[in-house]
Amino acid sequence: MTAYLFRRLVSLSLSLVAASLVIFLVMEVVPGDPASFMMGINADPAAVAALRQQMGLDEPLVLRYLGWVAGLLTGDFGTSYTYRVPVSELVAERVVISLPLTLYALALSTLIAFPAGILAAARRNSAADLSVMGATQLGVAIPNFWFAMILVLVFAVNLRWFSAGGFPGWEAGVFPALKALTLPAIALALPQASILARVMRSSLIDTLDEDFMRTARAKGLSRGQALWRHALRNALIPVLTILGLQFSFLLAGGIIIENVFYLPGLGRLVFQAITQRDLIVVRSVVMLLVFAVILVTFVVDLAYAAADPRLRRARR
Amino acid sequence: MTGKSIAAAAISLLALSVAFVPAPAFAARTDASIGMQLEPPNLDPTGGAAAAIDEVVYANLFEGLTRFGSDGAVLPALAESWDISEDGLVYTFHLHTGVKFHDGSAFDAEDVKFSLDRARADESTNAQKALFADIASVEVVDPATVKVTLSKPNGSFLFNMAWGDAVIVAPETAADNASKPVGTGPFSFGQWVKGDRVELERNPDYWGEPVKLEKVTFKFISDPTAAFAAMMAGDLDAYPAFPAPENLSQFAADPRFEVIIGSTEGETILAMNNKKPPLDNIKVRQAIAHAIDRQAIIDGALFGYGTPIGTHFAPHNPAYVDLTAQSAYDPEQSKALLAEAGVSDLTLSLKLPPPSYARRGGEIIAAQLREVGINTEITNVEWAQWLEDVFKGKNFDLTIVSHTEPMDIGIYARDDYYFQYGDPDFKAIMADLANATDPDKRTELLQAAQKKIADDYVNAYLFQLARAGVANAKLKGLWTNSPTPANDMTGVYWEE
Repeated sequence: MTAYLFRRLVSLSLSLVAASLVIFLVMEVVPGDPASFMMGINADPAAVAALRQQMGLDEPLVLRYLGWVAGLLTGDFGTSYTYRVPVSELVAERVVISLPLTLYALALSTLIAFPAGILAAARRNSAADLSVMGATQLGVAIPNFWFAMILVLVFAVNLRWFSAGGFPGWEAGVFPALKALTLPAIALALPQASILARVMRSSLIDTLDEDFMRTARAKGLSRGQALWRHALRNALIPVLTILGLQFSFLLAGGIIIENVFYLPGLGRLVFQAITQRDLIVVRSVVMLLVFAVILVTFVVDLAYAAADPRLRRARR
Repeated sequence: MTGKSIAAAAISLLALSVAFVPAPAFAARTDASIGMQLEPPNLDPTGGAAAAIDEVVYANLFEGLTRFGSDGAVLPALAESWDISEDGLVYTFHLHTGVKFHDGSAFDAEDVKFSLDRARADESTNAQKALFADIASVEVVDPATVKVTLSKPNGSFLFNMAWGDAVIVAPETAADNASKPVGTGPFSFGQWVKGDRVELERNPDYWGEPVKLEKVTFKFISDPTAAFAAMMAGDLDAYPAFPAPENLSQFAADPRFEVIIGSTEGETILAMNNKKPPLDNIKVRQAIAHAIDRQAIIDGALFGYGTPIGTHFAPHNPAYVDLTAQSAYDPEQSKALLAEAGVSDLTLSLKLPPPSYARRGGEIIAAQLREVGINTEITNVEWAQWLEDVFKGKNFDLTIVSHTEPMDIGIYARDDYYFQYGDPDFKAIMADLANATDPDKRTELLQAAQKKIADDYVNAYLFQLARAGVANAKLKGLWTNSPTPANDMTGVYWEE
């Protein structure tokens, strides 16, 4: 297990180094100068030059890369060009929205998908199965931003049960904060739940056809008992894979939903920083997201091992 | 459970339920949420050009010696009055006394000297440094009097001092204004939840007339659909520059809202690269100007909100000359001019920044140019890319952009400006204007300048950008026009 962990750790660091190089260079190639963006089209060229110098944009490329990486290693993500506050502060403000939103959406998606998928698989070709399949087909097909707009129109504009968007902050209390995240979480969760339910169903159906399931039934277990004791656990591997992917997707990819509900999350931070050429923010946040994705993949790997003891042995 | 504790429980339950009941609706509200499309990158108006900074802080948090009224007039602010010497070189400002910064420190002449000297220093990062270029010295006469000496007469000096970039800051707090702004205004900074909102609170120690609102929240909602929903759901009380003009008729039909249409300082132009052949030929530029149907663009791209212009000047300015006829829509003349210039088979690049006036307007202009035989290659660019490629690199034939600074006809005198005009005669007019202090003489020169750039067909002048906004019908006192980027909340109140 130690050797396995060590190997994983080395490949993890190599991925991070490669990612840091790509991220740095891509942002270097993109046209646009943060200083002239900030100063606008009526600006005095001397003032733009003074700002460039203050922001350290005139230093050579290699020095700036090394400075950035050294900063990352010591936990210093640099200072945002436009906001002029430490990037870590910006990220901390945004993570407290993006992470809970992701977990909320993931929880909803799991809560919907597991029962729906299991029900559909257990009663294959029944009316329940058909309606689950139909509903999930729709859920996959509906774009989540459109669904989000419909939610806003119905629950905010017409019924006025919720705000149309925005986030009051956790200091306003857990309930108002969760309430503000509810519509976005539903909008994010629905397509994910549909995918997850379909994966759950097909994986479970495959497992139910396995030889060991027949053996289990032959031992005298009822259909339900066999499903809960033997099939479910074996069917979980593909579901976990999808869950891991969905977590990364939701954390970094909530940007459209964040725009519809004007939530100040990580996705919008990156989007805004790209248009403003706040390179340091883009680089550091993308790097953090890369790190998060790699970490989640790692955790999912460990979860496989927990779900399937054979994987643990094979990897030793 | 004893009787006492039951009573206590009942009371606390009652208190809880009272806490959840919203405030009674009949008392006049004292808070307002204002929607804005872009979030300011920081809150220091002296260190960046972003209009969003002034849209939050101008007149609310920070004040200058003078200020703009909603009609564009220059009014006294921190300077109660001023004297101008005979030769127009020395301005003596008499300051209000008893003014305090939000941190409690006193405002006096030293702060004015500090702010002006800081803005014009070599290492200054003030985006509008040119506003201060004519200042030769700033002297403190006494705590309530400042003497500013100019190197040459400047008829627009008081106007310049009204810009958001010329506000007075305190030496102790100037460096932190980006995130913790400290000014002298009627509102003080509350908090900034980045990506979401900025909150301002009433400044109880304000020197002037106290404001009626106790709290103002600026919320940043860039998505037009989200902005619409936020207004409809009552999350916002006003959205002064609404991003989707197509929704305004829906608001106009709803008695809960009032649609506010005003003017801005945004001259929207089809800029041409005057040094790049064949656009260096005035006949070609003239042909392009005549190929454009301004009203079709205003109707098609802006749902009718906008005023046609024939030169780079705001129609609501008293010195404006209507020169639209000189470049009236006339495709036949346009074709004739192209033939005269010996140009055929022309393909020009058209680079469009993100605002809808450019993206939508660009498609219409491309169609209109095709009518006279000019093909365009449209490229959509982001602002940062536009600044790099078009503005700095001058790598373009045509582009559409709105110049939103007030009274910015002076950009045509700049040598290295992106559309590359810099005509010596025009520069001479601008030099005369800078020295002129007599109002009639100034008007005459401004009109000469407008005519000169229209005669030279430097750019195709399209329209003055309108400011189309929406507000709760009960919220009064918002600015209609936008003489400078601002959301002045000082006169805003709720009608009971």
